[in-house]
Amino acid sequence: MIPAIVVFLYLAAVLYIGIFAFRRATGREKAEDYFLASRSLGPFVFLFSLFGTNMTAFAILGSSGHAFNNGIVTFGLMASSSGLVIPLTIFLIGTRVWALGKKYGFMTPVQMFRDRWECTHIGTVIFAVQAVLLVPYIIIGIMGGGTTLYTISGGVVPFWFGGAIVAMVVMSYVFFGGMRGTAWVNTFQTVLFLCFGAIALSVIGVGMGGFRSAAQAIQASPLSSLLTRERISPYYFFSYTFIPLSAIAFPHILIFCLTARKMNQFKKTVIFYPLCIMAIWLPCVFLGVMANRVTDVPEIRAKQEARRVLATQGRNMLPEERDQLREQAAGDDVIMHLLQRYAPIWLAGLLGAGIMAAVMASDSQILALSTMFTEDVFAFYGGKTRFGESVQVQTGRIFIILITLFAYAIALRAPETIFELAIQYAFSGFASLSPLLIAALFWRGSTKWGALAVALWTASAVVAVAVFQEVVPAPAPGPSTIVWAPGGVEILSRTPGGTSVFGFMPVVPMVLTSALLMIVVSLITKKPAASTLARYFGDRNR
Amino acid sequence: MKKILLVVAVVALYILHQDIWFWRSSYLVFGFIPIGLFYQACFSVAATLLMWLLVTFAWPAHLEEEVEQTKPGEDAAL
Repeated sequence: MIPAIVVFLYLAAVLYIGIFAFRRATGREKAEDYFLASRSLGPFVFLFSLFGTNMTAFAILGSSGHAFNNGIVTFGLMASSSGLVIPLTIFLIGTRVWALGKKYGFMTPVQMFRDRWECTHIGTVIFAVQAVLLVPYIIIGIMGGGTTLYTISGGVVPFWFGGAIVAMVVMSYVFFGGMRGTAWVNTFQTVLFLCFGAIALSVIGVGMGGFRSAAQAIQASPLSSLLTRERISPYYFFSYTFIPLSAIAFPHILIFCLTARKMNQFKKTVIFYPLCIMAIWLPCVFLGVMANRVTDVPEIRAKQEARRVLATQGRNMLPEERDQLREQAAGDDVIMHLLQRYAPIWLAGLLGAGIMAAVMASDSQILALSTMFTEDVFAFYGGKTRFGESVQVQTGRIFIILITLFAYAIALRAPETIFELAIQYAFSGFASLSPLLIAALFWRGSTKWGALAVALWTASAVVAVAVFQEVVPAPAPGPSTIVWAPGGVEILSRTPGGTSVFGFMPVVPMVLTSALLMIVVSLITKKPAASTLARYFGDRNR
Repeated sequence: MKKILLVVAVVALYILHQDIWFWRSSYLVFGFIPIGLFYQACFSVAATLLMWLLVTFAWPAHLEEEVEQTKPGEDAAL
């Protein structure tokens, strides 16, 4: 119970930072101050809060859980590819969005799209798609909070109560502190969970008697494939490089890009991003793999047994039985079991707080949704003019309460593991929306109809994948279930972990089709006025 | 020329991420780090160096100059 108490103290500290930020706010009733901290974040806070914003529960819990079952491939799949693609997109897109925000006063991506493409309701459609896709990301945070508190307290704090506490704390400091509070809390949390990896690695390494013997024992066992990437196909591995495109398309990341005081503040973020990702993911992935050598933790043994039964007898089971075993084998809490087994009680508490820090990154998503609602819907449809800016900020705060309650209600029922839930819906969807940004910023010929086509396609594709996976049950580990293979060419399959299209993850055809739709539809539809294009690309006739 | 070299470097690093040559190797570097994991960690360091090159040699400074040249209220879209 002591680790749980340390975590509760940490939650109190976070709450205090958020409320302290509220007291420091100079223009409490100004929308730009509440939602963007008056575009005044300095280099240190900007780097750590932007990075922290992008790290959620899966950075520690999901990564170690995925590595526990799939091996070292997890790091290359998500971390190192993100270390290349995300800073690159911040460099190319984030800086441009920052400049446009400063010049034209944009506070959300949809405001930019509306201005760039001279559209009104199409902007609302894009808002709706972004909002629906962002909710799973918020759910991840609440689920992670519930899992963490449940495990750290040894089952004393039930999942529903842990999730409720995390939801309440996050909601409170976002409610009071707005962007300033969120950025400060994120900075504090990022420093904490950057330290987490190194400390957890050292403590668990010493506890296990060094990693050398554990690694060599795995190498000599039937589990040696965990030290390779045999469990994942090269096509699947390649597909994953499309997922980090989602980062810059996430509204909370783009909105964060608008908070920098000067553009120079992007420099440190771009350069240090790959190293920050490595500092968190490398220890977590490594520990997740090494957990397979732990034999004296009953919870980990139960997971290994469930995985073994699934692999050997899964084919003869009903889909529901397989799902149940998958849930038992999921390793989202494996790193916390390692800490409980090997770390001293007080340190387990501190490290638990580090996990909590990553888990609670849903704050900026909640704030982003509130910003989007108040700017893209409330203000756009006349609310700001009619009721004033103060009411707009209060509306944003009410929205924060409603969206948190909604996400909590879903988190209690969501069946998927944290990792799968995040990847399959939110990440693929936002990656598919990334052509919107590229077209808006770099292509004069893009049009609002092209943007609408991309938004509708993304929504349809996400729904189609979800329905497909609901209708066709996941097969046992091994060969996938081929659903459509005309002339022997395998087009659509249901894999144990999701869906495969031509052997790739759905994100690949989703992004490529989005780009194609943007090009084709834009070419045959009317362009924005020359004066609008001149504001974005300069005047060609000058 | 500088920009072309940087684009080539980005593409090259993207291709190097697909390290199929270590796909099935369970060799342990220093006796405990799987080679595939070690390679991807080195890749992350290389990505940092690439980002430093981009920031040093291709920084879009003109964007900030444009912002500074825009007087408050001028060109406002909202």
